[in-house]
Amino acid sequence: MSALLEFRGVTKRFGGLTANHNITFDVAENEIVSVIGPNGAGKSTLFKMISSFLPTTSGEIRFQGERISNLKPHTVARKGVVRTFQETTIFKSMTVRESVIVAQHLRATASLAGYFWGSKAARADVQAFGEYADELIDFLGLSNIRNELASNLPQGHLRALGVAIGLATDPKILLLDEPFAGMNHDETMSMVHLVRKVRDDRRVTILLVEHDMSAVMSISDRIVVLNFGEMIAEGTPAEIQANERVIEAYLGSEDDAIGV
Amino acid sequence: MSVAGESRSTGMRHGINRRTLVGVAVFLLAVFVVIPLLIAASGRTDFYYTLTSVALLSIASAGVWLMFYIGRINIGQGAFALIGAYVSAILVTKAGMSFWLSLPIAGVFAAGVAVLIGLPILRLKGVYFAMISLVLTQVVTLAALALPITNGAKGITSIPLPGEVSILGLTLIPDFATMENSRLAFYYTACVLMVLTFAAMYRLVNSRLGHICRSMQQNEELASSIGINIAYIRVIVFAISSFLGGIGGAMFGAIAQSVYPSSFQVADSINFMLNCFLGGLGYVFGPMLGTLVLYFGWDLLFESGKYQLLIYASLLIFLMLVLPNGLLSIRLDRLRRTHR
Repeated sequence: MSALLEFRGVTKRFGGLTANHNITFDVAENEIVSVIGPNGAGKSTLFKMISSFLPTTSGEIRFQGERISNLKPHTVARKGVVRTFQETTIFKSMTVRESVIVAQHLRATASLAGYFWGSKAARADVQAFGEYADELIDFLGLSNIRNELASNLPQGHLRALGVAIGLATDPKILLLDEPFAGMNHDETMSMVHLVRKVRDDRRVTILLVEHDMSAVMSISDRIVVLNFGEMIAEGTPAEIQANERVIEAYLGSEDDAIGV
Repeated sequence: MSVAGESRSTGMRHGINRRTLVGVAVFLLAVFVVIPLLIAASGRTDFYYTLTSVALLSIASAGVWLMFYIGRINIGQGAFALIGAYVSAILVTKAGMSFWLSLPIAGVFAAGVAVLIGLPILRLKGVYFAMISLVLTQVVTLAALALPITNGAKGITSIPLPGEVSILGLTLIPDFATMENSRLAFYYTACVLMVLTFAAMYRLVNSRLGHICRSMQQNEELASSIGINIAYIRVIVFAISSFLGGIGGAMFGAIAQSVYPSSFQVADSINFMLNCFLGGLGYVFGPMLGTLVLYFGWDLLFESGKYQLLIYASLLIFLMLVLPNGLLSIRLDRLRRTHR
């Protein structure tokens, strides 16, 4: 397996604080990789650097051999690296279907002026956007809420909507920001199922950042552990569960936290 | 904006139905036939000037409205109206250009200035952008006072009326100077421009660019994460907004036959914004109604003398408290109720 996404000595400093120090690992095609760590470990910072919402201080992130760090978010998305957000970041006053349609921006073949005049390509696009939106909505099991306003949706549906918006861009790799946070066991399990389905049926590689250990253990092919901005471990769920340094980082709470 | 106001804009997406067509036909008939007839019958030709002003101000307000649509409060439209007025005036008086050619050039020039200014300042959001845009009007006024080509505080006066436009000997637009009633001609010109502007705005808002604008208004981060070049869209929208400001300003200069640094002031910029608020930020046609009500409201209160501003301001505050989604929210809510 060739590496799809490569981290090479990625470092981020905010003034005197080092949020990420010399992070190096790979994500292979069609893998589900999780980045975990206690609060303040630098997970979110790393996540923002992949999608170029933050510049790196040194080191670089490569996608298919091309540098994607220190660009603009929309340029990174254009290359096929798309992030989702936590549930508060949505298009509040759009319906589910409208959100998924607008998110197909990168699939557009007509120009903005073409849409204004209603050119042939634009009309074909509008048709295709609608059909693809319906397909995605059905795929993610959101059919019964497709015309609901996003602001009226409960948390679980918002997460799924976030995934739908991400998938609408036709990504090669989808970055999920804490997809299981604040969910109960059943919700977590259905989200785990959904993420697997995205990888298996849509062939989208997944990199996720997460707190919830049990979900991470069941979903991940590989796990990367951060602590105080340092990468302290990398391996399969079984290897991570047995890792001394990881147990230490989670400070003796190995029973619940690591889900042993 | 509350959910009620925004959900309406999704309702407007269902294409043009018969009721809309009837509405548009009634509106056009009223503007181009009924109002001129009424004015002719009543002999109140001063209303031509008032209504022409409303039409032109609503064009400039439409630009401000579009900025609201990407989540930017633009209190600088007066600057672009002033730029448009000067560009047209200078081209007509100094270069002897036809007004009808100078009109689009004025709009394009204002749009060009907007692109240059917009690149740095459009990164700002909320109150920060609003403050900077507020300063723009003052900057352009001062520039007009200082630059030699704008003739300082004396301004540019005695601008000739718009001339004739003809193709192959066929007169399309007669020379305004030879007309008996140039007021009526200006009224028609302004109304045609207004109708074109709002037709284009309606189309824009319901096309993909409009959807992208809405997505940016609601969440710029998410919009950029799905591949939208938000900086580019912001500049485009600011350019369109300023183009409309420039067109409105140039037309005003032509009617007044003069332009001064004080032709458009900070107060005008604020009024452009208020027109949008009053009409409703969720409605494409909001700026048109808002401008009409605000302009006439001010004039009607003239009788109240020294209390004019006090009553006017209190009414505005009251309206914004009672109708935060603008005047059009009343009409559409009632329609929605009867149609369900």
